Amino acid sequence: MDVALQIVALFLLVNLSVGLVRVLLGPTSEDRMVATLLFGTTGVALILVLADLQDSAPVRDVALVFVVLAALATIAFGTRGPSRG
Amino acid sequence: MRDASALVLLVAGAAFVGAGTVGLFRFPDVLSRLHALAKADNLGFGLIVAGLVVRADSPATAVKLVLIWLLVLLASTTSAYLIAHRALHRDGGA
Repeated sequence: MDVALQIVALFLLVNLSVGLVRVLLGPTSEDRMVATLLFGTTGVALILVLADLQDSAPVRDVALVFVVLAALATIAFGTRGPSRG
Repeated sequence: MRDASALVLLVAGAAFVGAGTVGLFRFPDVLSRLHALAKADNLGFGLIVAGLVVRADSPATAVKLVLIWLLVLLASTTSAYLIAHRALHRDGGA
């Protein structure tokens, strides 16, 4: 079961890295803000799987902080002025 | 039995996250890419959390995981809406 969890964690990490390539490529700034969505879901999933692998409860609190930071970053971006590219 | 169902849920969740990443690359428009992330990634995340809840060692951990899932749902919905709003009105018109 640990091996399965490690494979899932590795797969999530690969997905995260591949998504970051899209963040690099993306023509508009909204494409780049998609990174917060990525880290908010896939990143948090990765952290939760690692918390289960290590049987460490504080790592789940780290996941909580990640979610809140992702939400705050997007709210800060979304309430700025008009987009300039 | 518990491990088997947790494994099925985790693998299904990972498959949906993979589908979301493929959509992130293949969709032509920023709004459709938001669709791929806000829906497929969240579904995959929910399934992964369900698999971890099955594996949880105490009810307190399970409740905490469910609360994290609810928070991720709220945060990603808000984020997706805000990004889409910016993308739609970036040139002054829809």
